[in-house]
Amino acid sequence: MVPITTFHYLVVAAALFVLGVIGVLTRRNVVIVLMSIELILNAVNLNLVAFSRMWGRLDGQVFAIFIVVDAAAEAAVGLGILIAFFRNKDTINVDEIDLLKW
Amino acid sequence: MNPGLHQALIAVYTTNTGPGMEPVATPFFFYLLSGLAIAGGFLVITRRNPVHCALALIVTLIAVANLYLMLYAPFVAAVQIIVYAGGIMVLFLFVIMLVSIERASRDRRFNRFWPVGLATACGLLALFVSAFVKGRALFPDRMIAIPEGSNTQQVASMLYGEAGRMGQYTFAFEIASLLLLVAILGAVIMTKKKI
Repeated sequence: MVPITTFHYLVVAAALFVLGVIGVLTRRNVVIVLMSIELILNAVNLNLVAFSRMWGRLDGQVFAIFIVVDAAAEAAVGLGILIAFFRNKDTINVDEIDLLKW
Repeated sequence: MNPGLHQALIAVYTTNTGPGMEPVATPFFFYLLSGLAIAGGFLVITRRNPVHCALALIVTLIAVANLYLMLYAPFVAAVQIIVYAGGIMVLFLFVIMLVSIERASRDRRFNRFWPVGLATACGLLALFVSAFVKGRALFPDRMIAIPEGSNTQQVASMLYGEAGRMGQYTFAFEIASLLLLVAILGAVIMTKKKI
């Protein structure tokens, strides 16, 4: 069996990233769009940790922790906006959120 | 803490600071965990019910956390489970509860432009494949073992610095805490009924 190298991890991360992009571009429900963004951030994190292992340095892991912080901030603010919007317009579908379009 | 326990802890700590044990059956667990992660991701973008999507995302997050463990990153794995699976996903489930779930399970799942989105994503996939095929030589096969037992300590000394000296990422760490503060304020103001 082939030993597992950095390249294997990069392929898994790319697959997760593409799945997240498909979710962001095709789903209607904003909650699921936000979940797809979490998938994308996880793919990036996996890349960073794999590179950290490849170089034997911890910088990648520190970057991964910063990305987790970012993801938490993004989820909190994004879901806050979502609740405010749902209270006003009674919908959470992306194709019905078109206030700025005229 | 009694001295005997303290001595025992120091002994455990010093024996664990080496390169750590080689993981067993690495290929098997790698394929199992990455399969779980990708299957979870697929369910996230295809399920109709948002709660099912959230549960599938938790499967993905835990599988990725175990991949971090295989990459000698126990601290990041713990952060992943505590913050993501424990914190962010609970937030998601709360919001799913607050916004109407019955309507979401009756509506169409995909928006009108889904073929365009899918084509764009396929283009991105083709880009990744060509980059990885062409740049295969850029990623060496070596894996340098990182000491596992002292991982948390080393990450902490990069974030907080050693005694009397700033770490490499201390400033970025402070900025991150400011970001979290702003995000808390933003979330609270956004969800208030009247500002």
